[in-house]
Amino acid sequence: MARKLNLRIWRGDATDGGLKDVQVDVNEGEVVLDVIHRVQATQMGDLAVRWNCKAGKCGSCSMEINGKPRLACMTQVASFDENETITVTPLRAFPVIKDLVTDVSFNYKKAMEVPAYEHPKELAPGEARMEQIDVERSQEFRKCIECFLCQDVCHVIRDHEENKKSFAGPRFFIRIAELDMHPLDTLKNRKRKAQEEHGIGMCNITKCCTEVCPEHIKITDNAIIPMKERVVDIKYDPARMFAGILKREKRN
Amino acid sequence: MTLERHKYDVLVIGAGGAGLRAAVEAREAGLSVAIICKSLFGKAHTVMAEGGAAASMGNVNDNDNWMVHFRDTMRGGKFLNHYRMAELHAKEAPDRIWELETWGALFDRTKEGKISQRNFGGHEYPRLAHVGDRTGLELIRTMQQKIVALQQADGREFGDMEAKIKVFAECTITEILKENGKIAGAYGYWRESGDEILFEAPAVVIATGGVGKTFKITSNSWEGTGDGHALALKAGANLVDMEFLQFHPTGMVWPPSVRGILVTESVRGEGGILTNSEGERFMFKYIPDVFKDKYADNEAEADRWYEDQDNNRRPPELLPRDEVARAINAEVKAGRGTEHGGVFLDVSKRIPAEVIKKRLPSMWHQFYELAGVDITKEAMEVGPTCHYVMGGVEVEPDTAAAIGVPGLFAAGEVAGGMHGSNRLGGNSLTDLLVFGRRAGAGAAEYVKGAGANPVSDATIKAAADRIEAPFSRQGGENSYSLHAELQEVTHNLVGIIRTRTEIEEAIAKIADIRARSKNVAVAGGRKFNPGFHLAFDLDNMLLVAESTAKSALLREESRGGHTRDDFPGMNNKWRQVNHISSFDGNQVNVKAQPLPMLPKELFDLFDIHELEKYMTPEEIAKGGSN
Repeated sequence: MARKLNLRIWRGDATDGGLKDVQVDVNEGEVVLDVIHRVQATQMGDLAVRWNCKAGKCGSCSMEINGKPRLACMTQVASFDENETITVTPLRAFPVIKDLVTDVSFNYKKAMEVPAYEHPKELAPGEARMEQIDVERSQEFRKCIECFLCQDVCHVIRDHEENKKSFAGPRFFIRIAELDMHPLDTLKNRKRKAQEEHGIGMCNITKCCTEVCPEHIKITDNAIIPMKERVVDIKYDPARMFAGILKREKRN
Repeated sequence: MTLERHKYDVLVIGAGGAGLRAAVEAREAGLSVAIICKSLFGKAHTVMAEGGAAASMGNVNDNDNWMVHFRDTMRGGKFLNHYRMAELHAKEAPDRIWELETWGALFDRTKEGKISQRNFGGHEYPRLAHVGDRTGLELIRTMQQKIVALQQADGREFGDMEAKIKVFAECTITEILKENGKIAGAYGYWRESGDEILFEAPAVVIATGGVGKTFKITSNSWEGTGDGHALALKAGANLVDMEFLQFHPTGMVWPPSVRGILVTESVRGEGGILTNSEGERFMFKYIPDVFKDKYADNEAEADRWYEDQDNNRRPPELLPRDEVARAINAEVKAGRGTEHGGVFLDVSKRIPAEVIKKRLPSMWHQFYELAGVDITKEAMEVGPTCHYVMGGVEVEPDTAAAIGVPGLFAAGEVAGGMHGSNRLGGNSLTDLLVFGRRAGAGAAEYVKGAGANPVSDATIKAAADRIEAPFSRQGGENSYSLHAELQEVTHNLVGIIRTRTEIEEAIAKIADIRARSKNVAVAGGRKFNPGFHLAFDLDNMLLVAESTAKSALLREESRGGHTRDDFPGMNNKWRQVNHISSFDGNQVNVKAQPLPMLPKELFDLFDIHELEKYMTPEEIAKGGSN
C-alpha cells in the first residue's frame, strides 16, 4: 500500500544550494534509494544521485540520511517513523558536485599512494599454498566495497580539509593492514609507512568508521589498533633502538 | 569552449573484469591505454558475481581437466557455442586464475592450501574458484589494484603515474569513430559536467557488459544498457545470436524494490533445494532426456551426491540455468507458486546456521537486511530474473577482433559466441579474464601495424550535434517513461517464454517507441543530469531489443535461453545456424549464417551417442570439419 513520505533533499552545487521538501509515494519494503528514484522519475528529472547495483555490493549510493553516513540502497524507509521527515544530504567530507553527488577523487588518489602487493619472485603461478585461516584475516578487509562512508565519518578529515594531505583514512588503513597480513606479500615496512606516510598516528580510535561500515568490517579493532601497536613495538623497542644505534655507528 | 582531446594507443570502454584485463595486457605490451567507465572505478557489474570463476585446476577432484570443462560448456550451450572460444576458454582459465593470485587475490583454500573449488550447475566436478560469495568483488578489486601497480611502475619510470594508463571515470561514450573504414577513436561526455570529450586511438576494446536493463525484472545494475552492443552495431560490426538471454532461475521476488536481485547459484551448490507451495521438491519432474544419465531422479540419490559424487548422480537443482528457470516458471504458472509469485529455496533445514553464515555471508545479509528473512531459519522466495545475454559482438575467437571493423575488439559479456544458447554459472568470470586478455593482446598487435588515422572535423561535429540534440527539443517525450514502456514490452512479449504473434507485436511496439524516442527532450542543464544520460542509454537499449526480438522471431525452436511456446522442442537443424544482426542506419536486419563445425579432435572428445542428440546424421557421419 502506497503512502506519502516527506522527503527533504539537498539540491545545489559547489556554489550554492539548500534543502528542498518533496512529498513522494512510498510502498512496502522500499529503501531510501527507491523513493529518490521516484522523485527523479516524476518530479525532478535532473536530480543527481550516484548508484549502481542497488544491492549493497558496489558502494556507490553513499550519502547522509538524517545526518548519518549510509548506503541509500540498504536503508529501509520502514526503519523510520511514519511521520518522520527523511533528510538526504551529500557526503560532507567531500566537495559537492551536484545534489547528492560528491567528488570522491580524494580516495582514488590515496589508493594510488599505497604500494602495491608484491608476489614472491620465486613462486610461479599456481604454486602458492596458503592456509584458510591465514587468508581469512586479509579477506575480512577485502570485503570492503569502497563506499567511503568510513572516510566520510572520520573526524580527522570530516571537518579538517588541511589533514587530507597527510591522512589516508580508514579505508586505506585496512588496505595496508590487508597487505601487511597477506601471507605472501614480500614488501617490508608496511606498518612503519602507515605511520610515517599515511598518518595512522592521527587516528584516535573513536571507532566511528567501524560503526558506519556496511560490510561490518572491524576496521578499528582488527586493522588500526594492531597496526598502531606494532608500530609502537617496532619504533620504541629498546633492543631495536640499540641495534639501530650500532648500525648507525657502524655506518659512520 | 575548446573540446577536450586525448590520444592513446588503445581505448578500453568499460572497466569491469574484461576491460581491466584487456587494459593490463595492452599496457604490458608497451602501449598507452585509456580506461573509460560510466561509473566510478571499481563499481562495475562484475562486483555482483557471487559464485565463482570456473577453471579446471583439479584442486578438489583431480579427474578434472580442460576437456571435461570444454564438454560441460558445449553441453550447457546446447552445442551452439563457437567451439574455438569454448576451447580457448577451457584451456586458459586455470592460468588466468593463478595469475590473479600473483597480483594479490586471496581465494578460499583447500586443506592442502590450494585454491578451493565449488560445485555449480552444469559443471561435472567442483570447479569454481571462489571467495565466499563475493568472488566478483575479489576479481575487480584485484585487477583495479593491478592497474594501480602498473601506474606506480609508470610513476617511477616517467614521473607521472597516469603517463600510460588513465582511468576516465563517470564518462559515457556515445559514438565509436571511424575514418577510412577503420577505427579512429571515440566520442562522449563527462557525466559530471556534461562537457564533451574526444579520444583518438587506432584501437578500441568494447567491454561494456550486458543488456539487462532492457528488461523489467533483472539482476543487472543501471549500467547494463547494452551500450557496447549498440556502439558496435552502429560502427558496422555484427551481433550474433541476440535471441539468447539467460534468465537466472533464482532472483529475489519480494519486496518489490529488490525484485530481480540475484540469489547466487551457490545456495543450490551448497545443498539448497527448490520446493513449490505444496512442499514438493519439483525439479525431479523436469530433467530433460539429454541429461537423464547425469542427474538423480530420486531424493535419496540426490542427497547422497553431496557426500559421494563418484557413485551418485547430481541433484536436479543443479541442472543448467535455463532448465531450472523454465521449471520454476512452469510451477508458478500451474498455480503452485508462493504468495509473491516465486518458489521456495531452502537451505535452513539442511545446513547448520553457522555454516550458512560462513559459506553464504552476503546472501544472509541480503535477505536479512532487504527482505527481513533469516535464511538460516526460513526459506527464501525466488523466481527467474534477466541475468545475462549470451548474444553479442561477433568476434574472431583468437584475437577478440570484431568481424568487419578493423581496430575494433570486444570481450566479456558484450561479445557473443562463447556460451552458445546458455551460459554455465562460473564461466562468465573466466570468460572475462581469458578473452579480456586476448582482446588486449589483439589490440596491441593491431596497433603495431596501424598507421595514423586522425579524426576529421566533420566526424567530430556530427558526434557533437547528436549529444546536443535532446536539449534543443521542446516538450515531447520523457525518457523515463519510454524506458518503462520498453521494459514492459520486452518482459511481456520477448521474455522467458515466446510465441510468434507476441514477438511480432514486440517488434512493432519497439519500432513505435524508437520513433517516439526521437522526440525525447531533456529538462535541466548538462551537469550530472540523469535524464540526459538516460536519453542515450535508451537509444542503445532500443537497438538491442530490436535485435533480440528479430532474432527470436526467426529461430523456430526452443534451445537454451530462447523458448518458443509454438516450437517447444530443440531441432538439430537449427543448431547449425547463428543469427547475425547488422544495422543499416535505420533498422536492425537479421540473417542466418552457418555455425562453424567442430574439428575432429574436439568432435572426438564426445561420446557419439551424446552428439546424436544435438547433431544431424549427416554431421555425425562427417565426424568433424577436418
